[in-house]
Amino acid sequence: MSLATRERTQTPAPAGGLELWTWFFMRISGIVLVFLVLGHFTIVHLLGEGVDRVNFAFVAGRWSSPLWQTWDWTMLTLGLIHGANGLRVVIDDYVRRDGLRAALKSALYVASLIFLLLGTLIIVAFDPAKGS
Amino acid sequence: MRPYPDGGAARRKEDPKALAPVPGRLGTVYRGGQGQWAWALHRITGVGVLLFLFAHILDTALVGFGPEVFNRVVAVYHNPLIRLLEMGLAAMVLFHALNGLRIVAIDFFPRLADRHQQLLAAVVSVWVLLMIPTTYFMGRLLVRSLR
Repeated sequence: MSLATRERTQTPAPAGGLELWTWFFMRISGIVLVFLVLGHFTIVHLLGEGVDRVNFAFVAGRWSSPLWQTWDWTMLTLGLIHGANGLRVVIDDYVRRDGLRAALKSALYVASLIFLLLGTLIIVAFDPAKGS
Repeated sequence: MRPYPDGGAARRKEDPKALAPVPGRLGTVYRGGQGQWAWALHRITGVGVLLFLFAHILDTALVGFGPEVFNRVVAVYHNPLIRLLEMGLAAMVLFHALNGLRIVAIDFFPRLADRHQQLLAAVVSVWVLLMIPTTYFMGRLLVRSLR
């Protein structure tokens, strides 16, 4: 069964070029995101009072620490690129009309870039004193 | 196996009719078995989590408008119905994470493909195991919010 099973179950790595790099990126970023996202979810959503304690002061407290700023920014960046690339592949697979496919992917890239800039801006430039 | 890793772009350029849509059928097919369901779930949960991520970046960005605005917005997350969706999000993220690790394991250690059914059984088992405390932790806050 071995060879047939392998052909059926293994995702073939692309031969080279950009597709190989995105293939590799998905796997590496995926491993990193498992720890970042599950850690984030456990701390913010599961422990203590969960989302009940999430408010302005909670966020301000977390982002006063470079550790959580770095954590959140890495998670934001890797998550957005990983997700956008995943949706790119899905769009390529299901949208057959060339024009529509190009339009959807362009919209995806623009939206992802805007969200990346917005998220980065808020993590880096956030000033807790402004609120108090 | 995706027959066209680039989504068929190169093949389409070669012969535009080669990948013409088949009426009533979606583009990408898989060769069946449990792997097909894991693959479909991986896509569905992936897209679902990405849509949430967009919303989550927006709501978190509102922290820039100060405590009044932000606290009013995050209060949405205290709604029991939203808490239920939050549990669904946890289920999706957890499946995507565990199944993703399975894909990486098989891709980087090809011999594991011989054990792909056991690996998927392990993914589902660990998912169920981890969903028990997750459901408990979130469920207790959900029940409390109903009182």
